[in-house]
Amino acid sequence: MSKNLAFEEPVVQLREKIDELKTIATEADVDMTSEIEKLETRLSQLEQSIYANMKPWDRVQVARHPERPTTLQYIEAMCENFIELHGDRTFGDDAAILGGIALFEEQPVTIVGHQRGKSTKENIRRNFGMPHPEGYRKALRLMKQAEKFKRPIICFIDTKGAYPGKAAEERGPSEAIARTLSEMAILTVPVISIVIGEGGSGGAIALGVANRVFMLENSTYSVISPEGAASILWRDGSLGKQAAEAMRITAPDLKELDVIDGIIPEITGGAHRNVAKQASYIKECISVTLKALNSLNGEQLIEDRYEKFRKIGQYTEV
Amino acid sequence: MAIRSLFSKKKEDGQEKGFPEGLITKCPECRHIQLTKELEKNHKVCTKCDHHFKMTAQERVTYFLDEGSFVSMDDHLQTSNPLNFPDYVEKISVAKQQTGLSEAVLTGLGTLDGEEIVVAIMDSHFRMGSMGSVVGEKITRAVEKAIELRVPVIIFSASGGARMQEGILSLMQMVKTSVELKRHSEEGLLFISIMTHPTYGGVSASFASVGDINIAEPQALIGFAGRRVIEQTLREKLPNDFQKSEFLLAHGQLDAIFHRKDLRNQVAMLVKMHTKGGVQHV
Ligand SMILES: [Zn+2]
Repeated sequence: MSKNLAFEEPVVQLREKIDELKTIATEADVDMTSEIEKLETRLSQLEQSIYANMKPWDRVQVARHPERPTTLQYIEAMCENFIELHGDRTFGDDAAILGGIALFEEQPVTIVGHQRGKSTKENIRRNFGMPHPEGYRKALRLMKQAEKFKRPIICFIDTKGAYPGKAAEERGPSEAIARTLSEMAILTVPVISIVIGEGGSGGAIALGVANRVFMLENSTYSVISPEGAASILWRDGSLGKQAAEAMRITAPDLKELDVIDGIIPEITGGAHRNVAKQASYIKECISVTLKALNSLNGEQLIEDRYEKFRKIGQYTEV
Repeated sequence: MAIRSLFSKKKEDGQEKGFPEGLITKCPECRHIQLTKELEKNHKVCTKCDHHFKMTAQERVTYFLDEGSFVSMDDHLQTSNPLNFPDYVEKISVAKQQTGLSEAVLTGLGTLDGEEIVVAIMDSHFRMGSMGSVVGEKITRAVEKAIELRVPVIIFSASGGARMQEGILSLMQMVKTSVELKRHSEEGLLFISIMTHPTYGGVSASFASVGDINIAEPQALIGFAGRRVIEQTLREKLPNDFQKSEFLLAHGQLDAIFHRKDLRNQVAMLVKMHTKGGVQHV
């Protein structure tokens, strides 16, 4: 997969042309300022029109970009003194889910998130961010620990889904996910979940029972991957693009469906273009949200979370 | 949460050609041919090999609850088409006609050997028992009713997972149902989850797995990911008993497997043991 995505190719080409012109201008020592300015204006218009009109499938590509920032990158950019804590105390330590304690604006918080790798080697170690049951059990253990010490919990969602494997099934992924859902319901501390990449299915929602749920502008959150949906619904996995549209999986879709509380804007062209700046947008969102949630006591937080999910669903009563 | 791969290629209804329709049934497991009437008398369990045929929600009501005690709830909740998904409305109306149900779960009040309970019974004949907004809402309302009446909840699961055509709204029903059951649990009330063939995906990974007691019928396929999805991922053959109830029991994921001839009595006994209450400290 190249670093540039198909839909943004015109922008890339124009940018290259401008760079080329600048080089020529310098080397030949001729004044091409007005030509360059003209092209730069065109570039910004082109960027506007391309990035402001991203189709669902374009967003899927950005969400899956190999350079897309991971949970750990955001933690490092946002927090001080992150200390990772490992293991579910029963079976093992799942590297596809990362958790620990950090200082967020001087406030101790527990952070839990899916963790992809950036290199092939790290991806193999982290199972491409697809957790086994012990990953969810670790996540829940750390959330309970946070509750005991009255720390707010921040969850980052970034997975294609829980891993579909033989060993996983032997250890009860269903129970691990279901238990996390129902226990998160009664946490007496604030919980914020943010979808930063792909939010795939049950494996994603297990970190999503929060008081506030946000999505990055180009992230996706869905019951199944577009390709999976296409292969089940139309028996053709290559119809992912069509499924991405039909399934309504983008941040604007979910906001419209009242499933999420807000959208965190992304750097033009995607979060990977400026991790530090993207992290500052996320930090701002968490900071404001925590301040609002900190005024609620444990009982109110449980009630708030309950009300949020109780009303999701569309049907008619006749 | 692949639905398609969960359902065996074997002909489930087992109707044989050349005989008056419905008179005899062939077991898909052992090929034994038996009178349908005999099979029904045996609670749809093969008289030769013990294969548990799928039951419709109505058949479960008749089999499980005290005669005439069932009062259905929330049948007025109707599926809409929140994502404007092509053909969805038509598919739902076909399923309604085929099953006589309003959606893939039947919920209501009833008594089990005299004990008042709330039941939710899923029916895999309705869109493979998939869970969309109405299924999630009906189960949630049923649990709310149980909290109000302070009675146990018993859920029979039979589902391929979340309903694709309602997208993220289906996924969110996992949370809604699990959270409501947690409320029920916090009230000190009993939830018995009975998993029947098949129980997968978003149903298995939500309410079906958080029973105080998790029970399954023999040989039921129960899992998170479908067998075919796993085989494609691993490129290896899975053992024959993979994801069967006996496999889950062996891996510590079930409290018990009850044969259908015992299920009703055993569950009734469990309910009585709970409604009797615990030790009274003085
Ligand atoms: Zn048989």
